[in-house]
Amino acid sequence: MAFIPHTPADVEAMLATIGVKSIEDLFDEIPATLRVKSLAGVPDELNEMEIGRLMSERARADGRPLCFIGAGAYEHHIPAAVWAITTRGEFYSAYTPYQAEASQGTLQLIYEYQTMIASLTGMQVSNASVYDGASAVAEASLMAVRANRRSKSQRILVPTTVHPHYRKVAVATAGNQGLRFEELPYSAGEGVIATTSLAKYEGEDITALVIQQPNFFGRLEDVDALTDWAHARGILVIAAVNPTSLALLKPPGSWGTKGADIAVGDGQPLGVPLSSGGPYFGFMTTRMEYVRQMPGRIVGRTVDLNGRAGFTLTLQAREQHIRRAKATSNICTNQGLLMTAATIYMSLMGPQGLERTAAASHARTRELVNGLTRLKGVRTAFQGPAFHESVVLLDRPVAPVLKALASRGILGGFDLSEHYPELGSALLVCATETKTSADIESYVGALGEVMQSVRAA
Amino acid sequence: MSKVPADLKYTKTHEWLRTLPDGNIEIGITDHAQHALGDLVFVEVPETGRALKAGEPCAVVESVKAASDVYAPVSGEVVAGNPKLANEPETVNTDSYGEGWLMRVRPAAGGPAAQLLSPAEYEKLQQEEGD
Repeated sequence: MAFIPHTPADVEAMLATIGVKSIEDLFDEIPATLRVKSLAGVPDELNEMEIGRLMSERARADGRPLCFIGAGAYEHHIPAAVWAITTRGEFYSAYTPYQAEASQGTLQLIYEYQTMIASLTGMQVSNASVYDGASAVAEASLMAVRANRRSKSQRILVPTTVHPHYRKVAVATAGNQGLRFEELPYSAGEGVIATTSLAKYEGEDITALVIQQPNFFGRLEDVDALTDWAHARGILVIAAVNPTSLALLKPPGSWGTKGADIAVGDGQPLGVPLSSGGPYFGFMTTRMEYVRQMPGRIVGRTVDLNGRAGFTLTLQAREQHIRRAKATSNICTNQGLLMTAATIYMSLMGPQGLERTAAASHARTRELVNGLTRLKGVRTAFQGPAFHESVVLLDRPVAPVLKALASRGILGGFDLSEHYPELGSALLVCATETKTSADIESYVGALGEVMQSVRAA
Repeated sequence: MSKVPADLKYTKTHEWLRTLPDGNIEIGITDHAQHALGDLVFVEVPETGRALKAGEPCAVVESVKAASDVYAPVSGEVVAGNPKLANEPETVNTDSYGEGWLMRVRPAAGGPAAQLLSPAEYEKLQQEEGD
């Protein structure tokens, strides 16, 4: 079957009808200087046999390293049933169907997903998902500007304890729409938002405050106090949370006296494998009061003419097929397949399973940090409670250490020097439930040896 | 034929204006507009104190299948948004010229800038649009 349904004769007939010579002529209004003649860096086509071989070689080159990197994407055990069910033909489409109500099964699945995410975050309403955690923070910032009608400034406070990629994506997405992202520093000894830095915003018009919990360093922010501080000043609170952690930590809906206003995060830990950075998915929730300002699809439950339960897309007047340029977003979509996997993952794990995963990840990370800091030249950067990540400081440069570890099949952590040069030789490490005590001992042993061979700075 | 009260002024974008005894102007959408939209499920009115420029979008009326902007027919300052509409948006359907008003505005000096229509002119506009 041809993938392009039009024959050359069809194309010619259509062009003749509208009085245009060639398809190229349709793009005349784009100046020649902006047009790309051919795609650079894209190799010629390969046949199935060739591409199969190439991909196997690439996979072999990746190897099966022992991974202690977190930094926003986490290796968790994914029960085999998750992707066995997700890849069934009935689910295996990455998109919300356009004739949505014809697909009651898909809609029910999204509805169940929304229910689970709302329950996990303690928020009143969830959308059907967005691209990833970073774009969710960007969309939440734009949403806060619409929702906070008391504020005119479009100023968003973003602590430097928020994932650096989230901050960068927020600026890239919303920076040209008039939003100003202002960084809040962290306290050097604790690795959490420096509350003393808040004083200078007294009496200022601020639209929203982003709080990541656990923060990028794995540390726990004082979310109750920060939320109440913001609300007392008419500032909306955007929570960026790790879904696994919510099995143990207070959900954003219960932060402070009133709870966060918008809660988002990356859904990858819920059944999505690490895969060269994606695709992942973002989740997005809010309180009912702000639902009309939330972007993305929302599925609702209804009854048909005969009183039977059914599912339907709802509150669509927010969306671009109705609101066009004034839609709540023109660049978001439901990450259908990943959201499907997450729903099945959460169903299989249940609240207890997720809690055990969270608790085991926390325990493994403590074990890892205790092991690493036994070594000479390794110490922790911050004091205080953490979830399943921690920053350790080395007495020599991080990059060559990580390189030497990689050659031994160990991914030793995330080098913080690019984003946090002030920390010196700092390494962000993570251990989830997938790491055994033997794995951790093997990393500690390897680091001890590698530290001997890498010269101190 | 939808109702077009004789004591009001109108706009091409289907708003109506009533001058109140205190000189403020009450603004809503016409019977024709509410009928075209269908059952309203949500109405967003502007904040009190907001400064409006004639012609700018200042409110949103949303029905099950469409959402439309309401445009400010005059420049001025919003002195009230109709608080009833937050929970009873259908009031705009049932009483578009009365209880279903959207906002009250203290007009800026210089008077209404937008081209306002008389009832007769607005009826003519409706006919042209195929009421």
